[in-house]
Amino acid sequence: MTRARTPVVDGWFTGDGDDFRLLGTRCAACASVFFPREDGHCRNPGCPGGDLEEVPLSPRGRIWSYTDSRYRPPSPYVTNPELPWEPYALIAVELAAERIVVLGQAVPGITVADLTVGMEVEVVPGVLHEDAETAWTTWHWRPTGGGA
Amino acid sequence: MTGEVAVLGAGMHPWGKWGRSFVEYGVAAARAALADAGIDWRDVGSVVGADTVRGGYPGHVAGATFAKALGWQGARVTSVYAACASGAQAVNTARAQILSGLADVVLVVGADAAPKGFFRPAGGDRPDDPDWLRFRVLGATNPTYFGLYARRRMAVHGDTPEDFAQVKVKNAASGALNPNARYRKRVTAEEVAASAVVADPLRLLDICATSDGGAALVLSSMEFARRHGVAEPVRIRAVSTVTPRYPSTVLDLPDIATDSAVAVEPAAETFRASIALAAYEEAGIGPEDLSLAEVYDLSTALELQWYEDLGLCGEGDGAKLLREGATAPGGRIPVNTSGGLASFGEAVPAQAIAQVCELTWQLRERAGDRQVAGARVGITANQGLFGHGSAVIAVR
Ligand SMILES: [Zn+2]
Repeated sequence: MTRARTPVVDGWFTGDGDDFRLLGTRCAACASVFFPREDGHCRNPGCPGGDLEEVPLSPRGRIWSYTDSRYRPPSPYVTNPELPWEPYALIAVELAAERIVVLGQAVPGITVADLTVGMEVEVVPGVLHEDAETAWTTWHWRPTGGGA
Repeated sequence: MTGEVAVLGAGMHPWGKWGRSFVEYGVAAARAALADAGIDWRDVGSVVGADTVRGGYPGHVAGATFAKALGWQGARVTSVYAACASGAQAVNTARAQILSGLADVVLVVGADAAPKGFFRPAGGDRPDDPDWLRFRVLGATNPTYFGLYARRRMAVHGDTPEDFAQVKVKNAASGALNPNARYRKRVTAEEVAASAVVADPLRLLDICATSDGGAALVLSSMEFARRHGVAEPVRIRAVSTVTPRYPSTVLDLPDIATDSAVAVEPAAETFRASIALAAYEEAGIGPEDLSLAEVYDLSTALELQWYEDLGLCGEGDGAKLLREGATAPGGRIPVNTSGGLASFGEAVPAQAIAQVCELTWQLRERAGDRQVAGARVGITANQGLFGHGSAVIAVR
C-alpha cells in the first residue's frame, strides 16, 4: 500500500526532487522575507505594510551551526517507542540571498562528524515519520559535497 | 534616572527535587524574605507572583495563590508570566508600583515544581504556536539550541569543550558553598568529559537541570526603608525588560528561523547585548563598575556568551576571560557566585528572583564563604522564551 504524502505543515515547502523549495513570503513594500511564512502583516516596524507574496527560498546555503539530538525528543515529536532511538543531526543554515538562518534536520545517515560550520548544503524533500496511512513529509538539509 | 527601590528582604526555599507543590516552596521563600525584612505580612500592600505554567495555564494563577497561602489580608495582587524572565517582570512590576506611589511595600514571589526530563510544550495540536512546531517538525529540544550556540562559538571563536567544562567546574565549586543550591558537590573537568553527550558538543554536565525551588523579595520605597530603620539598603537601580529589534539575527528558542536581514540592517548589538545595555543606561553605570554578575548559564557555553553580551570582555574573548580566572571567585568580575543554574537547575519563575537574592546577600556582605570582597554593584541577566529581556542592577 502506498501511503499518502502529506506535508507536516501546510505551505512551508513545495515540489519534489530537484525543484523542491522552502516557501516563505516577501513583503511587496519593503522586500522583507519571512520564513516560516508570515501571511498577516509585514513585521518590519519601519514598513507601512505591503502584500505578502509567496516566494521560494534559495535552495542552497552554508552551515551556520549544527548539533544533534542524542535523546528521544518528547511529544509532539512522533517516534516509535518500541524502536531504539537513532540520533539525527540538526543543521542551522544561512541563506545568503535572504540573509536568514533556517533550522532543519539533516538527511538520514548524516551525523555531526560529517559536518563543519561553513559547509555548503542544499534543501531536499524528506519524510519526518510514517503511520499506517500517511508519510508526513518535511525538508532536510544535505551536504552538496561543495566543501566549506 | 528612574529612581531606586530598596530591597528589604530576600528569601529562598532550597532548590531540589522535593516532590511537593510549588505553593509550599513559594510560601517558604516569602516567609523567609518577610522575616529577613522584619516586615509583618499584613503590612505588605501588594503581592506580585511570577507564574509557573504547567498544562497550558498559569498554575493557580500565582500571585493570589501565594497571598491565600500566607493568609488573605487584602493586598493588591498581580500575576506575571514571561518564561525565564518572569521573575524580572515581577520585580519590575513591584518597582513600578512603588515608584508610582501605589504601594510602599511589595512582596515578589516565584516558585516552581519542575517536571521530569525535557521541557515540552502543552498538549494538543497547535500548528500556530512556534514552540509546538519546533518539537513537532524538528524535535528541537532546548539542549539542541544550546548545542547550536556552543558549536558556533567553537567554529567562530575557537572555544573548546574543555573551556565549557571549566565553566561547570567553576560554578560547581561556588554551588558547593551555597546552602540553597541543589547540587553541592564539586565537579572535575574529567567528570564533565565523561558525562553523556546530550546535544553535540554539549554533555549532560554542560546543561542545566530542571528543579523545584522558590525565591522571594520584599521591596519598598526608599522613604519606607528609612522609616523602617534601614539607612543604607541594597537598592535596585535598573530593571531591563526590553524586547528584540527587527531583524533579530540570532536563532533563538523556540524559533525555526531568524528574521531576514535582507531589507533592514540589523542593530549593532544582538538582543542579549541590548538587554544589558538598557540596564546600564538606566543605572548610569557601565560594565567596568560591576563587582559581580549572575547570568543565565542554561549551558556552560552560554555563560561565556553572556560575558561578551554584558561587555565584561570583547566579542569572542569569553573563554579567554574564563581562562584568566577573571570570572572565578577572587577574580576581577566573579560570575555566578551562587553556583548558577549549573548548581541550581532551572526553576523557571523563581530563577530571576533567585539571581537578585544572590546580589542582595553579596551587596550586604552576607554571602558567607561565597562573599565577593567589597561588592558594591551587581547585575543579573537572562532571557525569556519568545523575546523577553531580563536584567536587574542592584547597588549598595
Ligand atoms: Zn514590509
